[in-house]
Amino acid sequence: MAIADEEELRVVGHSLMKPDAMGKVSGQTRFADDLALPRMLYGRLLRSPVAHARIVAIDVSRARALAGVSAVLTGADLPEKFGILPVSQDEEALAGEKVRYVGDPIAAVAAADEWIAEDALNLIDVRFEELPRYMSLEEAIRGQGEPIHGRSNVHKAVALEFADSEAAIATADHVREDLVFFEGNTHLPMEQHAALAQYGQDGKLTLWSSTQTPHYVHRALGKVLGIPMSRIRVIATPNGGGFGGKSDIFSHELVAAKLAMVTGRPVKITLSREEVFYAHRGRHPVLMKVRTGLQRDGRIAGMQFTTFLDGGAYGSYGVASTYYTGALQPATYAIPAYRFQGVRLFTNKPPCGPKRGHGTPQPRFALEVHLDKLAEELGIDPVTLRLRNLPRANSRTINWLRITSCGLRECIERVVAESRFRERWKSMPPGRGLGFAVSAYLSGAGTAIYWNDMPHSEVQLKLDRNGGVAVLCGAIDIGQGSDHILAAIVAEVLGVSLDDIQLTTADTDLTPIDLGSYSSRVTFMAGNAAKTAAERARGRLFEVAARVLHCEADELVARDRRIFRRDRPEEGIAFAQAVQAAEAEGGVVATTGSYTPPRLAGPYKGSGVGPSPAYSYSAAVVEVECDARTGEVRVVEVWIAHDIGRAINPVLVEGQVEGSVYMALGEALMEEQVFRLGVHKFPSMLDYKSPTALETPVMHTYLIETIDREGPFGAKEAGQGPLLPVIPAVANAVYNALGVRIDEIPITPDKVLRALAEKARGRSPRVGPAGIPAFAFPPLIKAEIPDEWKAR
Amino acid sequence: MTVGRVPVRLRVNGEDVELLLPPYKTLLEVLREDLGLTGTKHGCELGECSTCGVLVDGRPYLSCLAMPLDLEQRAITTVEGLGRPGRPHPLQVAFAELGAAQCGYCTPAMLLTAKALLEHEPAPSRAAIQEGLAGVLCRCTGYVKIFEAVELAAKRMADGDR
Amino acid sequence: MLRLPRLRYVRAASVRDAVETVATQPGAMLIGGGTDLLPNLKRRQFDAPVLVSLRGVAGLERIERDDPGGVTIGAGATLDAVAAHPLLQDGWRALARACGDVSTPQIRYMGTIGGNLMVDPRCNYYNQSEQWRKAVGYCMKRDGDLCLVARSSPRCWAISSSDSAPVAVALDAQVTLEGMSGSRRVPVSALYQDDGIAYTSKHPEEVITALHLDRVPSRLTSAYWKLRRRGSFDFPILGVAIACWWDDGVVTRARGALGAVASHPVDISDYLAALSGARPTDDLLAQVAEAADKPSRPLDNADLSHYWRKRMTRVYIERALREACGLAPLQGRLSAQVRA
Repeated sequence: MAIADEEELRVVGHSLMKPDAMGKVSGQTRFADDLALPRMLYGRLLRSPVAHARIVAIDVSRARALAGVSAVLTGADLPEKFGILPVSQDEEALAGEKVRYVGDPIAAVAAADEWIAEDALNLIDVRFEELPRYMSLEEAIRGQGEPIHGRSNVHKAVALEFADSEAAIATADHVREDLVFFEGNTHLPMEQHAALAQYGQDGKLTLWSSTQTPHYVHRALGKVLGIPMSRIRVIATPNGGGFGGKSDIFSHELVAAKLAMVTGRPVKITLSREEVFYAHRGRHPVLMKVRTGLQRDGRIAGMQFTTFLDGGAYGSYGVASTYYTGALQPATYAIPAYRFQGVRLFTNKPPCGPKRGHGTPQPRFALEVHLDKLAEELGIDPVTLRLRNLPRANSRTINWLRITSCGLRECIERVVAESRFRERWKSMPPGRGLGFAVSAYLSGAGTAIYWNDMPHSEVQLKLDRNGGVAVLCGAIDIGQGSDHILAAIVAEVLGVSLDDIQLTTADTDLTPIDLGSYSSRVTFMAGNAAKTAAERARGRLFEVAARVLHCEADELVARDRRIFRRDRPEEGIAFAQAVQAAEAEGGVVATTGSYTPPRLAGPYKGSGVGPSPAYSYSAAVVEVECDARTGEVRVVEVWIAHDIGRAINPVLVEGQVEGSVYMALGEALMEEQVFRLGVHKFPSMLDYKSPTALETPVMHTYLIETIDREGPFGAKEAGQGPLLPVIPAVANAVYNALGVRIDEIPITPDKVLRALAEKARGRSPRVGPAGIPAFAFPPLIKAEIPDEWKAR
Repeated sequence: MTVGRVPVRLRVNGEDVELLLPPYKTLLEVLREDLGLTGTKHGCELGECSTCGVLVDGRPYLSCLAMPLDLEQRAITTVEGLGRPGRPHPLQVAFAELGAAQCGYCTPAMLLTAKALLEHEPAPSRAAIQEGLAGVLCRCTGYVKIFEAVELAAKRMADGDR
Repeated sequence: MLRLPRLRYVRAASVRDAVETVATQPGAMLIGGGTDLLPNLKRRQFDAPVLVSLRGVAGLERIERDDPGGVTIGAGATLDAVAAHPLLQDGWRALARACGDVSTPQIRYMGTIGGNLMVDPRCNYYNQSEQWRKAVGYCMKRDGDLCLVARSSPRCWAISSSDSAPVAVALDAQVTLEGMSGSRRVPVSALYQDDGIAYTSKHPEEVITALHLDRVPSRLTSAYWKLRRRGSFDFPILGVAIACWWDDGVVTRARGALGAVASHPVDISDYLAALSGARPTDDLLAQVAEAADKPSRPLDNADLSHYWRKRMTRVYIERALREACGLAPLQGRLSAQVRA
């Protein structure tokens, strides 16, 4: 760090108002659906009413003939397939031959208003030949009848082994196996996805979209529309909540663009709330088996983890999701021998994808509940068991994840002390319980979604004569505060105020690439790129200032809109003056900065998922209150500590942690995406239960700063990791309160009551899966292990 | 079927407007599409999230389920009517300072609902704030920063900041 | 965004005007607060080419003591006004509670007591969009032949989902209906029928103008317990309303009704007969509750499992009885349920 004394940080580390805050509190922030253009048409999608069928015939003539309808599209108009991952190019903007879930888009209209558009959809006749539908893992594996894609419903199956896990478990003093199920759930951002497209006579297409990944949308538009990317401009509008739900490429984005091209008029498509449920890409339902051998002292000897992912109808991020269900267990615990087998099945449901924690909350739930049970069997308290297995800072895990900073011990000690877990845990009043769990998460995926050697984040700076600083970056603020991170880092390095920064973000015509607001990558990667760009600009200013001040550049400091000598602060020039001098000398004062993560993948196939330049750590204690006559569970209080590396803005980090806790509690207790008769059971905000202000517990958030050596100012991620420990901590707390194990998320009152009834009858006080389906995993890939593990 | 437009007079943020509207357009649609007041958001249009919340005669109201013809003599306030140019409402300042607006999408409704709450109860307890805001869903914040911002604004307003 | 069908919207100048308009315009429907009707219309659950708004009718929102010492609540009174009204905080407090438990503060400022009594019975096969219902093949309540929750049933099993209705039944309230041939006053219990489609005896053009609560000879206590997942938004998946009339510490009469377990509010007063003439004890209330859940028959068309909702009936009856009888809350229940 160029700034020697961190006490002197003026912007970083302070809870300043973020640059987009006033726009948001005044209703002036323009979200995608707030945009309207002259002559704009309204687009709507016709969606499949059947779960799995061949399209025999589609007749749009009556819709086309309706007054006020400008265009009708079908799959034939957009035949090129796409998908977010290069290995899963299995989606169509509008279904061509087959529909694969209720809600799969089939046709689209553009009309003068939404009423006419609705009438037009009702005039489209589609004949289907229904195919057998697969609504569960078991049905998909059995696969009787035509598969959803290709020759089998198996989308991806992986089997990896690091050291001989079976032999390692055989040496253990105690072995336990658990079966756990995590039901799917969805992001439910408050803003429904929307896209507005405009196509000019100059052949240029512009798409405004509430997307977390404008760069990937840009690429997909080029591919599907068959026009050069240079003629396409994608502008991501501020997202009214994303949580991963807007990080894919969606039919309505491609269709709005095509409709604009066909009609020559701007076209907007805003999804209804029901359609947002069909767009989904949310949490995979995952059935899991975990088997662990422990030594008497609590050290893990070996672990085997098996996951079955119910993927829904398309690939989406599913290959990555599958690997993620196995990747991070060794980042949280020092596991000397590890086997992971995972399979993702296609089912006739809306496609699953990345939701906050992408593929890791499900195994985290399984593992932390499993360890709680193991601790009890071994007579060790659950905190001690974790402390005996901590990963080391600056180490490699058995599966080659490179750990830099690690504040897990501090996180654990903090929440345990603050909640008085050890003192209270064994003697809670009736109906009250405490639960504990920990986790790790990535600060950005170490590999891009498509293979390339280019940077993951790029930032451009332009300094104005008046002292203003323009920051251009492809990153999009989805509420997580990425605008603030960019502005704060640049302001800190250049010694200017946040007010001096002008941000232009997420506009593919204007801003250099950032891969998107997903995988908790923006602070780390765009933050590093911004820091580099700002340091380069500062370097230039210091050169000219050194000449003016007759000193060496390395004697200078930039602060309070001045550049001055560190040892003689009164000798300095105004920041704007330095910019003017630099501009007079060499023209435009503009710099760039880029961030490319180090090459981190291990020497085995599949090692691209899991590596990250740094890992965040979290620990949580949850206190619940349970009603033994109804099975209802209320979370009363949550203590959570998060190793953030450094908090660039503590209040925003706390907000990410609190928001993660909230979302975790929703998933733990009520949220579930379930199906009946082949259809989403309740695609509405009333019936999909999302916690309200009344369900909010008391939350205590502790930020642990470990100053990561590679993070910008030492920062790591905050947006996803803190969700992870909360869900298992709730389950462990319910056990502590009532003595029943609900090995199935969500923990609903009917399940709790059922487990209590089992307990009263003297049977196993548990609700959870009874088995896993028979499935032939591919042969194990026996990966080489890092040297530091070979000696063990 | 065609349904003719009807004249409607509304008083929005203290301003009288006369419109000729299809009678089946809800207040939400009229605010956003006919009056350009896009600060009012929407999340379901069914009364299941309250993102579209506005104030009618100072009370929290769902614009997605409000019919303009029924509101002709009533005072409608949207987020655009909160604060004055260069002088944001204390709630807006507190929300901005304390990180109570993350994505900012539920924020207009949350602010207006909080304003109604504070007018009714200038120094609400945490429980009263939870009750008062229970009708507006937020998916980002976990509500904690929102509660804190309402408390801060209440305190500042009690100290004379308006 | 979801839009209403293209409909005409008429503001009635008077109750009479509303009645006549609905009677003469095919398919016309009355609208009060609109918080139940408009979402249903946006989902195209029925057609209404004309809506006749009662919001402009003067005086319909009044809540006042009437001559014989009872209370008359205008049907246009908002749920919030009922919940907060000083006349309803004592013996009739269950009604205030029920109205205060409806959905969200926003909905309570908009929704009316008349509208809440007339909430269209709900079912999670029915309260869905047109495209969703098409995907499951429609149900008999709209466009289909079957009841999807009970496929062999000749009738519709949509659930009475009003919070105020079971309380009004328990309190033995009455309503005034204005129709083409004048006005009639009927007990609330006569307003409902156990059929998810033909759920009311009210004629389409009849306007509920008021809810009447009779004078209490000595002392009345009442309680309403609502089961739902979240503290706001949610419709009841069980409502238990209890009313006890007292004389010198002895119950002289007890009435009760269950909400959200059938297509109408289920009167369980017969099961409470043992309370009459008794000074309630823990054991007595437990025994009464044990038997009184018999008519609760929830089906799998609302939130959470219907087996669980059935089991909760007894628990909630006991809790409501204890509250109405002034016995301390039982140990072991959530502090969130312990009311001030």
